[in-house]
Amino acid sequence: MAEEVVLLDFRPSPFGMRSRIALAEKGIKYEYKEEDLRNKSALLLQMNPVHKKIPVLIHNGKPVCESLIQVQYIDEVWHDKAPLLPSDPYQKATARFWADYVDKKIYDLGSRVWKTKGEEQATAKKEFIETLKLMEKELGDKPYFGGESLGYVDVAFIPFYSWFYAYEKCGNFSIEAECPKLIAWAKRCMQKESVAKSLPDQQKVYDFILEMKKRFGIE
Amino acid sequence: MAEEVKLLKTWSSAFGLRVVWALKLKGIPYEAIDEDLSNKSALLLQYNPVHKKIPVLVHNGNPISESLVILEYIDETWKQNPILPQDPLHRARERFWAKFNDEKLLPSAWGAFTKEGKDREEAMAATMENLKFVEEELKGKKFFSGEKIGLVDLVFGWLANLISIFEEVTGFNIVGDGYPLLSAWMQEFSELPVIKDTWPPRDKMIIKYQALYDKYHPAK
Repeated sequence: MAEEVVLLDFRPSPFGMRSRIALAEKGIKYEYKEEDLRNKSALLLQMNPVHKKIPVLIHNGKPVCESLIQVQYIDEVWHDKAPLLPSDPYQKATARFWADYVDKKIYDLGSRVWKTKGEEQATAKKEFIETLKLMEKELGDKPYFGGESLGYVDVAFIPFYSWFYAYEKCGNFSIEAECPKLIAWAKRCMQKESVAKSLPDQQKVYDFILEMKKRFGIE
Repeated sequence: MAEEVKLLKTWSSAFGLRVVWALKLKGIPYEAIDEDLSNKSALLLQYNPVHKKIPVLVHNGNPISESLVILEYIDETWKQNPILPQDPLHRARERFWAKFNDEKLLPSAWGAFTKEGKDREEAMAATMENLKFVEEELKGKKFFSGEKIGLVDLVFGWLANLISIFEEVTGFNIVGDGYPLLSAWMQEFSELPVIKDTWPPRDKMIIKYQALYDKYHPAK
């Protein structure tokens, strides 16, 4: 049966980027559908009635929601090519732990960096850098979190790199100055076509953030 | 090599309890270490330096943190009585509902328990809506995972115990008649040999949650 894969997504979403990367790594052809989040499609509401959020992966008519769950699903269905999770249970658990850490920390702290000012922003910046430094420590001397090749944690984390410029401009700080090894890792990932094609341009993300700030009345 | 399994948990944590159930389901012998979270042990800080939280499973000296990560690890390491199905789509659904519990249902229920005034009303409304999704998910099934319990049952398991404790402490009727499938599931789940007799002592739980409730709702 011909495989039918659809991804309901929103270009600047780091969560959508994860699924884009996973699909590209596996060489899967799919239909990309950009959602207008202020006017969600009937399809999105039907396929994700609980959260009404993107990304939604639709495989042969069946939806899979939540980006990391989609990445694991893609890895399990198309298991012959470019494995993202290791086969050893303990290494797998370690990868899941760090992807979960990214989920718990990076998005919220990053959001606080661009949404707040003064004292609140200073605290957010400090915690954000601490989080990045912990990820740097976990990376160690490996080229990727996955070892010699792109893995689950790399896919979970690299989308946020497209938001770094926006965070830096809004927070008036340099991530590279604090975490050079992490930036080196990010640039290494960007050399991969699957990543480069899945991430929007950093300037475009910054423009999007400025638009958001205007819309929500944040200076 | 002899397996050495330790579980760092607390006497009352629902997150620790879900791991206890998984180990029991698979018949895995382990050493339980109950932590005092107001005075965390050196062992806990060593095994979970990032979050400093329980539960932590230690298998042959290797620590694993985060209960959902632990449950998947247990399932992949000990193959008897699987808690996740083989099919990727069904696995994705189980993971979805586990995440829903931890990120939506539990926080809304906790909000309903701890907040006041308008915030409480909003949290209660969110909890009711979240429970509706859970009720819907049980349609046509005995357990969330089908004929036998699986990951989602273990993750929703706290409902079968804590809801009645919340109700006793707050005086509110939370589940009541509005969720017949959920009520039936709570009964069936609690009676399973693996689950029966594993609940933390009820009198201790009432004292604990009454104290917490009083803390969040000080008498004016």
